[in-house]
Amino acid sequence: MSSSDSPRERMLARAARDIRAGMVVNLGIGLPTQVLRHVPPALPVCLHAENGISGVGPVRAKGSEDRNLIDAGGAYVSTLPGAAFFDSAVSFAIVRSGRLDLTLLGAFEVAGNGDLANWMIPGSFTPGAGGAIELAQKARRVGVITTHTDKAGRPKIVASCSLPLTAPGCVDRIYTDLAVCDVTPDGLVLAELAAGVTTAEVVAKTGAPLILPAGEIPRF
Amino acid sequence: MRLDSRIIDAARAVADIPDGASVMVGGFGVPGTPFTLIRALVDHGARDLTIIKNDANESGMGIDLLLQSGQMARLITSHIGLNANMVAAMNESRVAVEFVPQGILAERIRTGGAGMAAFLSDIGIGTRMAEGKQRVTMPDGRSYLVEPALRADFALIHAAAADGFGNLRFAASARNFNPLMAMAARTTIAEAECVLPLGGLDPDDIHTPGPFVDRVVALPESLPEVYGVVKR
Repeated sequence: MSSSDSPRERMLARAARDIRAGMVVNLGIGLPTQVLRHVPPALPVCLHAENGISGVGPVRAKGSEDRNLIDAGGAYVSTLPGAAFFDSAVSFAIVRSGRLDLTLLGAFEVAGNGDLANWMIPGSFTPGAGGAIELAQKARRVGVITTHTDKAGRPKIVASCSLPLTAPGCVDRIYTDLAVCDVTPDGLVLAELAAGVTTAEVVAKTGAPLILPAGEIPRF
Repeated sequence: MRLDSRIIDAARAVADIPDGASVMVGGFGVPGTPFTLIRALVDHGARDLTIIKNDANESGMGIDLLLQSGQMARLITSHIGLNANMVAAMNESRVAVEFVPQGILAERIRTGGAGMAAFLSDIGIGTRMAEGKQRVTMPDGRSYLVEPALRADFALIHAAAADGFGNLRFAASARNFNPLMAMAARTTIAEAECVLPLGGLDPDDIHTPGPFVDRVVALPESLPEVYGVVKR
């Protein structure tokens, strides 16, 4: 695990602050699931797993797993008091009918207009979308968690996605190791800056036009 | 009057699955996957099968065995990312794979099981998932995709408990697609970890009522290792 004040952990901690009491939340596999490390244990939140659980609890220790109880990422989880199990049709009824307050997802590309591509790279990564399309399209609020640039240094936030879309215009907020950006009707707004990061660096590493607010930009 | 008994052994339960059949298989990962019935279908040997399953299990288990044996011609699924064999078979066109968004797959099966023809949905509009689908404009002016019901010749189901009439209960996240598929096949075959006498399941606690289930296979008290926690 990286140190608690690394840019990556600050990004996860910042995303965790937007998980509020009383929410029903679905976390994608990878970075989004790691946000849980920064959610206060006492905060009343209902985690939804698309394979049929509301009230997902912490991952179980090796040796105490329940063979019948995994989350959608295959982790052997526990349940909180008050949890429920249901079939896959009911699970996605929760998603499509507006009961899911927030989903946090990963991204290959996210565009300034909120288009998200996170399920397919033609020719090299074609596993199928699972439940990502419905989560992205129907959660009341969609956050994307991603490094600001890929391993080659190219922006993950682009003017227009080149990969097949998961859903168009679905993203509300993007959390990266450098910044928090909000998708607004006027365009992508730089909402917050990570500690030690300059506006110029974020603009240089963002592939979409970025609206800079007047005045001091909050830090996280 | 009394309710009849549908208990049968695994080999006989799958013996009439013909070449070319469509077969729904329950499960999401390991939980709820009917490994014993899948093994019986491999031994039975029916070929040119269309398999309908949320995922492709992992290499060496579950429906991967039907891939390895060459029995699977088509797969309708939402995600195969944990099975590199299946990804390779798709890329080499040895198996025709149709991807369906997970909740739409579930709802298409539920719709088939409910005796309906189709439903309307906006899921996937604006993505390649919508390509080739029929569209309907509703009186509110919005455009929707027609999602046809999905039915199959057979369904293979895994239950935690059953009675001889075919009433079923599922455990935790092993429920997933099982109760939906149990409704959507012409012949539904359920394996159960525990088969109780009639009356052994409280009517209030039954997840799938017996009229949907044609055959019940009792699993051995000591389950094969494949049902256990996956060691990674």
